[in-house]
Amino acid sequence: MIDALQDLLPLWALLASLGTAVIIFALRDERRRQRTFWNLFGASVKLLLVALLVYGFLQGRSYQVAWEVVPGVTFHLAADPLALLFAMLSAVLWLVTTVYAVAYLENSAQRARFFGFFSLCVAATFGIALAGNLFTFLLFYEALTLATYPLVVHRGHPAALAAGRTYLAYTLGGGMALLAGTVALYAAVGEQPFSPGGSAAVAEWAAAAPGAATVVLALLLGGVAVKAALFPLQAWLPIAMVAPAPVSALLHAVAVVKAGAFGVVRIVQDVYGHDVAADLNVTPVLAALAAVTILYGSLRALAQVDIKRRLAFSTVSQVSFITLGVAMGGPLALIGGLVHLVHQGLMKITLFFCAGNYAETLGIHRIESLNGVGRRMPLTSVAFTIGALGMIGFPPIAGFISKWHLGLGALAQELYWVLAVLVASTLLNAAYFLPVLRRIWLLPAPAGWPGAPAWRRGAETHRWLLYPALFTALAALLAGVLAAAEFSPLNWAQRIVEQEYPP
Amino acid sequence: MTQAAFYSLIAGALAGIGIYGLITQRHLLRRILAVNVLGNSVFLLLVALARRHPDYVDPVPHAMVLTGIVIAVSATAFALVLARRYYAETGLNHLPEDEE
Amino acid sequence: MATLSLPLAFFLPLLTALAVFLVRARRAPWLPLLGALATVVAVADVVRQVAEHGPQVHHLGGWQPPLGVELYADGLSALMLGMTALVGLAVTLYAGPYLRGKGYNTELFWPLWLVQWATLNGTFLSADLFNLYVMLELLTLTAAPLAAMAGDRPSLGAAMRYLLLALLGSLAYLLGVALLYGGTGTLHLREVGELVGADAHTAVAAALITAGLFAKAAVFPLHMWLMPAHSNAPAPASAALSALVAKAGLYLVLRLWLWVFPVLLSTYMGWLIGALGALAVLYGSLQALRQPRLKQVIAYSTIAQLGYLLLLLPMVVIPAAAVHAWQGVAYHALAHGFAKSAAFLAAGNMLYSLGHDRLEGLRGLTPYLSITVLTLGLAFASLMALPPSGGFLAKWLLLSGAISGGQWPWAVVIILGSVLAAAYAFRVLAVAHAAPPAGYTEVRPAQRVPRIMEWVPLLLVLIVYAMGVTAMPALGLLEQGAPEGLQ
Repeated sequence: MIDALQDLLPLWALLASLGTAVIIFALRDERRRQRTFWNLFGASVKLLLVALLVYGFLQGRSYQVAWEVVPGVTFHLAADPLALLFAMLSAVLWLVTTVYAVAYLENSAQRARFFGFFSLCVAATFGIALAGNLFTFLLFYEALTLATYPLVVHRGHPAALAAGRTYLAYTLGGGMALLAGTVALYAAVGEQPFSPGGSAAVAEWAAAAPGAATVVLALLLGGVAVKAALFPLQAWLPIAMVAPAPVSALLHAVAVVKAGAFGVVRIVQDVYGHDVAADLNVTPVLAALAAVTILYGSLRALAQVDIKRRLAFSTVSQVSFITLGVAMGGPLALIGGLVHLVHQGLMKITLFFCAGNYAETLGIHRIESLNGVGRRMPLTSVAFTIGALGMIGFPPIAGFISKWHLGLGALAQELYWVLAVLVASTLLNAAYFLPVLRRIWLLPAPAGWPGAPAWRRGAETHRWLLYPALFTALAALLAGVLAAAEFSPLNWAQRIVEQEYPP
Repeated sequence: MTQAAFYSLIAGALAGIGIYGLITQRHLLRRILAVNVLGNSVFLLLVALARRHPDYVDPVPHAMVLTGIVIAVSATAFALVLARRYYAETGLNHLPEDEE
Repeated sequence: MATLSLPLAFFLPLLTALAVFLVRARRAPWLPLLGALATVVAVADVVRQVAEHGPQVHHLGGWQPPLGVELYADGLSALMLGMTALVGLAVTLYAGPYLRGKGYNTELFWPLWLVQWATLNGTFLSADLFNLYVMLELLTLTAAPLAAMAGDRPSLGAAMRYLLLALLGSLAYLLGVALLYGGTGTLHLREVGELVGADAHTAVAAALITAGLFAKAAVFPLHMWLMPAHSNAPAPASAALSALVAKAGLYLVLRLWLWVFPVLLSTYMGWLIGALGALAVLYGSLQALRQPRLKQVIAYSTIAQLGYLLLLLPMVVIPAAAVHAWQGVAYHALAHGFAKSAAFLAAGNMLYSLGHDRLEGLRGLTPYLSITVLTLGLAFASLMALPPSGGFLAKWLLLSGAISGGQWPWAVVIILGSVLAAAYAFRVLAVAHAAPPAGYTEVRPAQRVPRIMEWVPLLLVLIVYAMGVTAMPALGLLEQGAPEGLQ
């Protein structure tokens, strides 16, 4: 009995977030303490269950939940290493972002609606992580669009609604492409679970009908590329910055953008297989687009004066490292891409938390207002610095590890132009982050800052706004310093790649 | 010509009149009348069908016509009441989109 | 005893209607609900019988066809009966408080609604062409008064227009039936199907019957009556009209083409009908984008969604696409029935609370009517076929059929239809999320909505999401009695 229950662990973890959402929707707005309790309880239970999943997996258990939905199509949740990597990242960051969001949205309206959809968003992300076939992936991918829309338009003013419209236009369009591609794939080869290195049936089909296989692959990748903000489908991301900071943090570090990148990994590695995709001439195009996005995002970031918008374009640029790692092929590049999934998440969420802190505490939204803030909010600024340096690629912060592996992978595949792109992007990152750091630490502070009332003496900002930022900054640092350790993200990525490229 | 053919032709003519009336007339009462004429044409056709065998009369179409007449009466009754209420409420004896 | 449930499904609501008419609802307000529950039990029994033993037959009065009237329940009938029963129960629960609160005359509503329910059941169970004519007329004669219930100018005009067009449609249908009888000498569906040939005589009959049914189901280009009628009727009536009555018309189109006229079903015919369906999808969705009132949006959505059902006919002639299309259309009919009725009932809540259903009124409504707004959101999500709703699975099946059969035009129509549905759905949902502009107040303060009126639509729409978990039970039921090649 316990055994049977344990086998369904992925389902329980999914239901944990769904249940939290339902409970929170049922609570009235004023019941702040109850809602906070259920929020944190739900996030903690989720984290616990995911940890159990990881533990069980390491013990050799295989977790599969499947039932037939429509003849020939099953709903399938499976815990493989890649799934657990993404699931663990999202569970940890959900808990942290929940703490942050509770403090951030203390005085705003419609908190029940916000946190309810927040939980649904995480449920959808978990489903995406543990999807065992393309149908299940599609199901949760589309559900994610539905769950994130209310978060983007949360404030309800015309700019938010316009941003929501743009967001929908892009994501629903991508969803249509993904749906068409998935249905076509099922019509061609039937249901194929995700298999490391690609499925044999798809490889056969690609050999027999390369034209159709290419079109379908293009549709599938096009569908996920929207959420992954790949050029030229990235325009929605900066526009969605109008959402509150916790939403930006979640969208950019964990849920939407990562789901897109995760989808690219799954489709290229576990459906088609890298060799097949390369034979169809798709991976070179993908790599090229990723490189363009990396450079484009960084260049646009340079031109931004608003902090969040600069971070948004930075995300556009950084997430494409994951795509680049997958597209290049070879184990080292894939390790770099996969580990960057985690590292970029940690670093970017730190940066967004800090940006949110600056905005909430001192009313700072523009970079030029950051002069001397390091003295006024030292801990936040330290966290911001760690995140920024990691983005640039300074050792020993996590970002360096990812870039290092990507570079090694490029050398292994003899793709020297990728090295040039990596160097260029590092320089550009430095160009748009270092001046910010200089402003924060080295320039004198103005007489007063716009916005929010002063906090009590000695307190930098609300505790619950500060600790999450420090936690994720520390995590980013440790992920780099302890990269060689047993359970670091790097080690886990290596474990995944061993399955894809058996030695 | 046979009885069946004769009645069928009459039914066709009635149907033509009914459709013409329904499409071209504005006044609601006339349109209801047109629907009635059309209904009668179909009933007449059914009666003609009953006579298609030379030796015997088929009773099933007669049963259908009886049922049809009952339905037509109820429908006409309701249509008339509705037209009256419509007139009382709006002062119009035709539908708004049929304004000249 | 075994097959008595079939006539009971028809007679129970009818007898309840009679009882309510005689006793007066004021004195026995529990009577409609009792009848509704009894009907649900009878329908549940029919469904169980069909699931376990295959198609069920009952001859009224013990008289055999072609003289007697046969009631026939296969998988498709069972599914439609089940949907009608659940939606009917919801409407019955909702209507009492709604009509009382809005000041309608409930004495008129109950007999009309209950006879309509009986007629719907009869439509799904009839295997006799003339019996279907009687059912169609009864549907019109109960729908038109319900549409006119509000008694104001737009309602009466809408009801009159509907009545005239529907009567014309019924007569066209009857003429077609007369022609078929003249040619084959029988009125029983299956027997006629076996006896007709692919000649001009049958083609004329098919055209007349189809045209008549199109008028009833508001298929393009005979759709003009639906939006005014459904948007001005009281909310529970709108729910029944859009989710059930219009669908019954289209169900008959499909039933007759697959059982009576399969010999006429060529690629050309399929394309013609499919094109009308595609036009309905596009036209209905585009019009929905322009409407200022919530019920008008939902009514145009009905026209669009019903268009999908016609896509079965072009795809069923292609072996690779047939089974998927058949399953997709049936599942779509079910999901739409639940989602559409839930949407109209939710709109009814808005009307009840604010006194109007203009879209701007949705702003800032969430704190008062959070369950209603949630229901509306979930219902629209199914209409635009987002996972994990039943509508998504229906779209998956239809799209699988189209792509497997190489039917690219229909695949494009299906995808375009979802995109447009998303457009009009989010036009409504965006307003629901919008903050009220500064200084905006409603003319009169929001009225509290009774709990049952908030919860019934939510439970109804949750059925759609239960349908989204797996389609296997419903599709298993559908197999019973399905035509060859579609099993």
